[in-house]
Amino acid sequence: MAVVEVPKPSEASNTKTSQPNTITLRIARSNPSAEQELSFSEFQIPVQKWTTVLEAILYVKQNFDHSLAVRYSCRQASCGSCGMKINGRPALACYTKISELNSNVITVEPMNNFPIIRDLAVDFKQLISNHKKMKPFIIREDSEVTPESKEFVQTPQDLEKFLQFSYCIKCGLCNSACPTMATDESFIGPQGLAQAYRYVADNRDKGKDDRLKIVDDSHGIWRCHFAGSCSHVCPKGVDPAMAIQLLRGYLLGFRK
Amino acid sequence: MAERLSNREGIKGMANPTRYGIERVAYWLQRLSGLGLLAYLIGHIYETSTIVNGKIAWDKMLEFTQTTQGHIFLTLVIGMCVFHTANGIRVMLGHGGIGVGKPGQPEYPYKAASLNYKQRLCIWVSIALAALAMMYGASVLLGD
Repeated sequence: MAVVEVPKPSEASNTKTSQPNTITLRIARSNPSAEQELSFSEFQIPVQKWTTVLEAILYVKQNFDHSLAVRYSCRQASCGSCGMKINGRPALACYTKISELNSNVITVEPMNNFPIIRDLAVDFKQLISNHKKMKPFIIREDSEVTPESKEFVQTPQDLEKFLQFSYCIKCGLCNSACPTMATDESFIGPQGLAQAYRYVADNRDKGKDDRLKIVDDSHGIWRCHFAGSCSHVCPKGVDPAMAIQLLRGYLLGFRK
Repeated sequence: MAERLSNREGIKGMANPTRYGIERVAYWLQRLSGLGLLAYLIGHIYETSTIVNGKIAWDKMLEFTQTTQGHIFLTLVIGMCVFHTANGIRVMLGHGGIGVGKPGQPEYPYKAASLNYKQRLCIWVSIALAALAMMYGASVLLGD
C-alpha cells in the first residue's frame, strides 16, 4: 500500500520560501488566418509549488483573457493535446510544473514544425496523415475473432519488443524537436517512423514489407540522423530514436 | 510567409546545438565538420590543380597556403576529420540498431535507452580524440 507522508513543518516552510508566489507568464499570440503577426502577452500569475503550466494558462483564460486559444483535454499526460514550447523546449503543459522550470518568467509558444491555427493551438493534420500512412494496425489475412482460428499467442518477450512504442499519445513533441522536421516539410517524422516500427516488431503482424517500402523513401527513414532530440522530449518514454534505428536495421540487413 | 505559416524552425532551429543534450551537439558537430571537410576537399583540389600551370604558379600557391593561418586551418581540418570519422562510426552502428539499447517497459522518469551512457561516452571520446589529434597536428605544423 502506498503511504503518503505529510511534510514536516520545517520542510514545508523551506519549500515555500524558495518558491516565488508570482511568476510572469509570457504567451505567444498570433492568428495567421487574420494575418495577425506574432506578439507576446504578459500576465502575472500566482502559483503554488504544484501549479502546472497548463493551470497557469487556464488561470489566464479564466481571469484575464478568455480569447486565448489553447488545446487541452485530460490534464494528466494521457491525451497529448497540450504540447507546446515551454521556455524554448517542447513539452506537455499539463505535465510541466512551474516549480521545475526554475525561472520566474515562463514563455509559452506554439510547437515548431506545425502550422499555427491560433495562439498556442497548432494543426496536427500532417502528423495524423503520416501516422495513417504507416498503416497503424495489425496486417494479416486471418483473424483471432473468427471462431475457427486460434488465439494469437504472444509471450511477454514478444510483447516487450513493441510495448513501449505503443505508448505513443501523438502529442507531436518529437516532431517539434526533430532537426530534420525543422527543414524538410515532407519528412515522415519520428512519430510516424516509431509507429511503423511498433507494428513491424509485433509478431502478429505480417505487413513488414509494406511498411518498409513506405519508409524507404527520400523523405523517409534515411533523413533521420540520430540526433536523439525526439527521445529527449518524449513525455511517455516511447524513445522514437531507438525505434527508428531498429527499423533501419531491417533495411540495412542487420535484422531479419 | 510560407515558413511563418508552417511555423518550421528552419536552418536556424536545425543548427541550434543547445536544448537537447550532448547528442544534439554531436549531430551539429557532425554536420559542421562534414561541411568543413567538403570545403577543404574543394579547396585542396583547387590548390593541387595549380601544379598544371607550372612551377611558378605552384610556388605561388604554396606561399599562400604554407603560412601560420594556413597551418591553423589545417589543424582544424585534422580535428574535423578525426571527429567526423569517430562519431560517424558511432552513428553508422546506431543506424543499424547497434548500441541503441533494447525495447522494454518504460519506467518513470522515462530515461530514453537509446541515449545511453555508451552513446554519450563515444561522443566524448570522439571529441577527445579530435582534440588530441589537433594538438599533435599543431605541434608538428606550428612547432618550428
